[in-house]
Amino acid sequence: MREINAQDITAVVKKLCMEANYFLPEDIQDKICKACDAEPWPLAQSILGVIKENYEISLDNAVPICQDTGMACVFLDIGQEVHVNGNIADAVNEGVRQGYVEGCLRKSVVKDPLDRVNTKDNTPAMIYYNIVPGDTFDIMVAPKGFGSENMSQIKMLKPSDGLQGVKDFVIKCVEDAGPNPCPPIVVGVGIGGTFDKAAYLAKKALMRSTDERNANPFYADLEKELLEKINALGLGPQGVGGLTTALCVNIETLPTHIAGLPVAVNINCHVTRHKHASL
Amino acid sequence: MVKHITTPLTYEKVKDLKCGDNVMISGVIYTSRDAAHKRLVEAHERGEELPYDVKDTIVYYVGPAPAQPGQVIGSAGPTTSYRMDAYSPTMIRLGQRGMLGKGKRSPEVIAAMKEVGAVYFGAIGGAGALLSKCIKKAEVIAYDDLGAEALRRLEVENLPAFVIIDSEGNNLYEIGRKEYLEFANK
Repeated sequence: MREINAQDITAVVKKLCMEANYFLPEDIQDKICKACDAEPWPLAQSILGVIKENYEISLDNAVPICQDTGMACVFLDIGQEVHVNGNIADAVNEGVRQGYVEGCLRKSVVKDPLDRVNTKDNTPAMIYYNIVPGDTFDIMVAPKGFGSENMSQIKMLKPSDGLQGVKDFVIKCVEDAGPNPCPPIVVGVGIGGTFDKAAYLAKKALMRSTDERNANPFYADLEKELLEKINALGLGPQGVGGLTTALCVNIETLPTHIAGLPVAVNINCHVTRHKHASL
Repeated sequence: MVKHITTPLTYEKVKDLKCGDNVMISGVIYTSRDAAHKRLVEAHERGEELPYDVKDTIVYYVGPAPAQPGQVIGSAGPTTSYRMDAYSPTMIRLGQRGMLGKGKRSPEVIAAMKEVGAVYFGAIGGAGALLSKCIKKAEVIAYDDLGAEALRRLEVENLPAFVIIDSEGNNLYEIGRKEYLEFANK
């Protein structure tokens, strides 16, 4: 049994919260640069240029790319041969607290959804636990902004709706969102499972590199087709018209029930942030 | 061509602004978002005086990140405006002449804008690090307990934005997209 101290989890989560908010992942930087070069509409191209300039300021100065430094989504892949000395959830939340307070990140969490009093330290984190074979302990911190989170949707399609139903729903979500989620967006799609698992898959899809396609060629092709269709909508960067509405579509799937076809679409803005570390 | 705007934003200045105009905003503007809007409108409904005179002002929908040492303010880009739609018609009729945010507005907001002559500006969402550099001074003037959502008075210089919806109701989200698609499908 491998032993890990809870304090080590706190230190890593703190660092990941800060770095994720300051430094845009390289694959997203690359997608924005390529989109800027390929964008034929002058206003859209100038907006992509500003977006590029903005993340460069953050890279150079270690300041948040966006003021919405998100709700801290923390994905833990915990090897079943690992024993943690201490409380894992407390350790993660302490890391979020330290990262957001010391890193001058915005505190955007309210304790109760209706009473709405700010917790002032951005806790609690949304923690996703996954038990895996072996003795590894992997942490992914993904600060999720709510401008884009609010534009996400889920639908329980019928099996007879089939592939066309899935495509139509994904396009409808992007169309409904319009300029609101800060396009160019990254689109996470979860297909199958149950109501809640489809939503989880859609969020997980946003954690995958935009350089990596689904391992199943059928879904890899669907990702490409949906990206083309979304970029034919004409919404463009910030929704003011243009080619670049989305940078990437990532799909994740699970087996599902004979009666169902759940589809969830989790939208992320051009500040798609996630940072990973292993203990 | 860039149009330079200095606050106060009078009726005459608004009438000169057209959908799609590239603008640079300078002068004093005020921040408020969800929670502060709720308080402002509730205070007005109780007949109380508001924490500032809203006549001919621009509101910036923003909840800034905290300032790092040496900064005036942390990252400070626009938040999505539709969440203020429930409150904006009241604020517009009280004299608020400009709104700075991002994203769609409701027909009720646009109707109020046309009725009194108000304008909706869009700043680039997600460009908070860059936009914060245009803010030269920031102070909380009300609702300090709301943290990032507190009501702030900002002094800004050449803050870049677009006219999304002008006082005639012309909308860049509709017109810009239509023009691009005509170009793309030619």
